Amino acid sequence: MQKMIKKYFALFALPTLLAFIVAFVVPFVLGIYLSFTEFTTVTDAKWIGLSNYVKAFQDQDFVNALWFTAKFTIVSVISINVLAFLLALLLTQKVLGRNVFRTVFFMPNLIGGIVLGYIWQLMINGVLYQFEVTLTSSAKYGFWGLVILMNWQLIGYMMVIYIAGIQNVPKEQLEAAKIDGASNGIILRKIILPLVMPSITICLFLTISNSFKLFDQNLALTAGAPSKQTAMLALDIFNTFYSKAGFEGGGQAKAVMFFVMVALIVVVQLGITRRREIES
Amino acid sequence: MLGDSQKSRPLLFLLLLVLAIAFLLPIFIVFMNSFKGKFFISDEPFVFPGGDTFVGLENYTSGIQKIGFFSAFGMSLFITVFSVAAIVFFTSMTGWYLTRVKTKWSSALFFMFVFSMVVPFQMVMFTMTQTANVVGLDNPVGLLVIYLGFGSGLSVFLFSGFVKSVPLEIEEAVMIDGGSPIDMFFKVILPILKPIAITVAILNVMWVWNDYLLPYLVIGTEYQTIPIAVQYLKGGYGSIDMGAMMAMLVLAIIPIVLFYLFCQKYIIEGVVAGAVKG
Repeated sequence: MQKMIKKYFALFALPTLLAFIVAFVVPFVLGIYLSFTEFTTVTDAKWIGLSNYVKAFQDQDFVNALWFTAKFTIVSVISINVLAFLLALLLTQKVLGRNVFRTVFFMPNLIGGIVLGYIWQLMINGVLYQFEVTLTSSAKYGFWGLVILMNWQLIGYMMVIYIAGIQNVPKEQLEAAKIDGASNGIILRKIILPLVMPSITICLFLTISNSFKLFDQNLALTAGAPSKQTAMLALDIFNTFYSKAGFEGGGQAKAVMFFVMVALIVVVQLGITRRREIES
Repeated sequence: MLGDSQKSRPLLFLLLLVLAIAFLLPIFIVFMNSFKGKFFISDEPFVFPGGDTFVGLENYTSGIQKIGFFSAFGMSLFITVFSVAAIVFFTSMTGWYLTRVKTKWSSALFFMFVFSMVVPFQMVMFTMTQTANVVGLDNPVGLLVIYLGFGSGLSVFLFSGFVKSVPLEIEEAVMIDGGSPIDMFFKVILPILKPIAITVAILNVMWVWNDYLLPYLVIGTEYQTIPIAVQYLKGGYGSIDMGAMMAMLVLAIIPIVLFYLFCQKYIIEGVVAGAVKG
């Protein structure tokens, strides 16, 4: 049977493959190559070895964006997952209007990043106005603004995944533990948490990669202001390409490092949490 | 007590109610401000419109005209509908093909699709835009091809995972009856793939409809989607017209909320299924 199907490669696989080559494979390979060259368009590239990478690390904006992104990712990943898990615990209890609440909490996730950014710009500036400052007065406002925005957007999404995980915990096991007199804390730590480990893996993966790669929300909320202090990595790379002429090589080197960081974080995180899944 | 589902709790209900109101508040505030004069928004966003500050639908009419909202809406709709249709149609075939045909090449290809899922957009942002220019895909129709290519990683992966759970016997039976692989796929396999096709469609609708950077870089501001139009309202007019901005935010949110309310069950299930398998 495999042989019969194999003959139909041109129909079943070729269209996707061609689009994939144009949109991903060629740009990816070219991107790696260009990061070692000096260029303004793809055709005038001149090999310069590692200097783009050296330049990128000498760029204060890049180093600053790296720290900002790292701090932002840590704070949002922890807050989103803790709050989403708590909400999921509440919404798996018997309570009136459970589905309506689930619907409401999930909704912000569907709104696009640009629109979200402007919604929260209004909200946060409205509050800060009472103290006669704005979102862009200091980097700390932009930082916490982004954290709040990200929480609002992703808590519902993660909550839905945690709810699915908690609902998979066998009722008998919970009842048996209760009959044995286990406290709520023990039930949570010894029964629920190990069994929802797969959900934790997924939620950590989604929140880490969404936070680390954040762009639209960053552009709309602060656009990096004041003076690029709140620009995250993705925005810094964009700025290097499109608002500094002659820095395309540097931008591409930053982009390659960005890719390597994302890939490393994802591999390490999945490795650690998957191992814990198996143990439990 | 955890997992205890015997009685309903009024206190828990109240807590959740407060949280739900807090969650909806930002949207309500934007809605309220969309009826206020543009100079009364930044200073006092939490005050209801009334008297001098109430301007009726003025922000809506000026905003719609400034950014050409309806053509942006049409553009977003066109790109989303056709690119998601293309993604579901082509990647379902590819996912099935790569799972059923086991060769060195098909495994290598599958690995590349999975690999593309961890590559952030910024890595290929510049070179993809250049490539699209060179091969003439820098237009709304070409954008559909780019979306198919860039979206194929996750979609092929999800379809392929689902196909693994479809028993081979079904396909063998069709083959014995003399059906060609084309008949087999479209008449037998595709209907079986429906649940995962819904998941793939929903995840891609959420991505493409809200995507800002990819269409902005590939076709620029000539054909604006809604996110590009909203961002343009800020960039294109020096000091930002807050009134028009509020009205356009409301108009940008309405289609999503309607879509959500009608397909809520599929959306939440689809997102969970996509996450669990991804």
